[in-house]
Amino acid sequence: MSGTSTASRWGLRTLGLGYLLLLLLAPLVMIFYKAFEEGLAPPFEAITSADGLHALKLTLLMVVISVPLNTIFGVGCALLLVRHKWKGNGVIDAVINLPFAISPVVIGLSLYLLYGTDGWFGPALAEAGIKVLFSVPGMVLASIFVSLPFVVRETVPVLQEIGTEQEQAASTLGANAWQTFWRVTLPAIRWGVAYGVVLTTARVLGEFGAVTIVSGSITGETQTLPLFVEKQYANFNQAGAYGASILLAVLALATLLGMNLLKRKEDA
Amino acid sequence: MGISVEGASKRFGDFQALNDVSIDVPDGSLTALLGPSGSGKSTLLRAIAGLETLDTGKVVISGQEVSKTPPQKREVGFVFQHYAAFKHMTVFGNVGFGLKIRKWDKQKISDRVHELLQLVQLDGLADRYPDQLSGGQRQRMALARALAVEPQVLLLDEPFGALDARVRKDLRTWLRHLHDEMHVTTIFVTHDQEEAMDVAEQLVVMNEGRVEQSGSADDLYDHPANEFVMSFVGEVNQLGESYVRPHDMDVVLEPDDRTEEAMVQRIVALGFEIRIEFVLGDGTEVWAQLTRAELQKLELREGQIAYLRPSQTKSFNGDSPSGDRGASTPLGAQDGGDAERSAAV
Repeated sequence: MSGTSTASRWGLRTLGLGYLLLLLLAPLVMIFYKAFEEGLAPPFEAITSADGLHALKLTLLMVVISVPLNTIFGVGCALLLVRHKWKGNGVIDAVINLPFAISPVVIGLSLYLLYGTDGWFGPALAEAGIKVLFSVPGMVLASIFVSLPFVVRETVPVLQEIGTEQEQAASTLGANAWQTFWRVTLPAIRWGVAYGVVLTTARVLGEFGAVTIVSGSITGETQTLPLFVEKQYANFNQAGAYGASILLAVLALATLLGMNLLKRKEDA
Repeated sequence: MGISVEGASKRFGDFQALNDVSIDVPDGSLTALLGPSGSGKSTLLRAIAGLETLDTGKVVISGQEVSKTPPQKREVGFVFQHYAAFKHMTVFGNVGFGLKIRKWDKQKISDRVHELLQLVQLDGLADRYPDQLSGGQRQRMALARALAVEPQVLLLDEPFGALDARVRKDLRTWLRHLHDEMHVTTIFVTHDQEEAMDVAEQLVVMNEGRVEQSGSADDLYDHPANEFVMSFVGEVNQLGESYVRPHDMDVVLEPDDRTEEAMVQRIVALGFEIRIEFVLGDGTEVWAQLTRAELQKLELREGQIAYLRPSQTKSFNGDSPSGDRGASTPLGAQDGGDAERSAAV
């Protein structure tokens, strides 16, 4: 390696690291610092308050419902897009990207309009005794909507890369479509799916805009952790807001770490 | 019994991959589908396996029509050019896959897998993953995997195409021996005529979605049905309307009434075989195949003028693809116009 290329390499590294540090790490560090500025007690109390725990539970509920549904849908949709070529694929492909393109607030509003008292589905569902807005079903719908593309987007390229030969080999060896999927296709695409699951989880954990609108953010009832953070902050309970923020960050990091550990265990 | 395909046609968009193809593969035989890329040979093989559905025509395996049967019920073993190894499974898992699907019990699977690994000489590598194997080992694993379920027929799609020359030659011989032991009806696809002649008992030559000719290697070499078969099976020079094998091209130093003047352009020594490239008066390039001893006797050098005398030529009438047998015409036994034309090369 010549001197110039070494210098430019270090220059690029410094630039890249500096950029990440300033934009991503510095704010995170600030949150940690602020949360524990007055000791461990205030943030801990905020999180373990009845409302805080309820927000945590509700957030986890969103994850537990939305992530499996989006995973099943995402893998199925990716299979459809990659393995069954037909004319409608272009449309499906474009529609799947909508949640990326549309602002979450707009998504929340559109759900509000659809399920509200004047919406298409609202009156009929209200008559059947199902309350969608300002309750869990609406929040689940919003969470699913905003996090829908991740598994599809992560799975499609992996499916394309593995090709169809392994699946064809399985079929000549006597495996039906179901057996081929579970024994050959899924194991081959598992890391793509897993990565999609991690991103979906992170998105659902942190979703704010769409959920705010459909939930009404009622403390102790329809408040997820991000909404709780906002409410605490608005009420000048900064330690509570930072404490809940850290909890959110830790949950997301734990998901990522979990996947990495699984992967490392398998590679070993 | 064996395999037969009747009137098979298949179109991919604008491309006619198979055009009314019929073949018969005798029970227990080893048959090669030989042809250039795009000739439809792989499509035909995949149609027999059920990996491709035919637009028209039918596939019969052991007397049973299977045209509508899905691949998993056809009892075929299929080997892919690029192995199609299950990367997340060990060699053991790969070979035992079909047996696991058939719900054999563990001990039986283990016995059968080890028996097969012994057969393909991969004993001791059962716990490896495919990416820890060489290309040749992977392909033998794929073969063991296909054989594990005791298929009625074994189909190999360019099985040695991704391997280097040395391994390819070894595996070829090995496949030949394996077939002698197992006697399972086998079809393999190749674009390499030497490989086809080396391994197979019967060759089916395909071109542009049609069968040009089928028969034994000798049959195809000595009695090619048309120009395509003549030039695809073995080497050939074209001289006007007729064709001459390079080894039927005698090189002499004295002209007579049946020779053609030619200049030596290049001499290529390929071990025992010597390949001499000539250019004729009209610019046509031809080559002759000689032994080392013959060359030494002639003392030819590049740039020198010599005389060529085809000892045997063939010509084909018309363009009909499945046309008449080309007349085998030893020059010496001929008279009249044909002889003159052949001589006037």
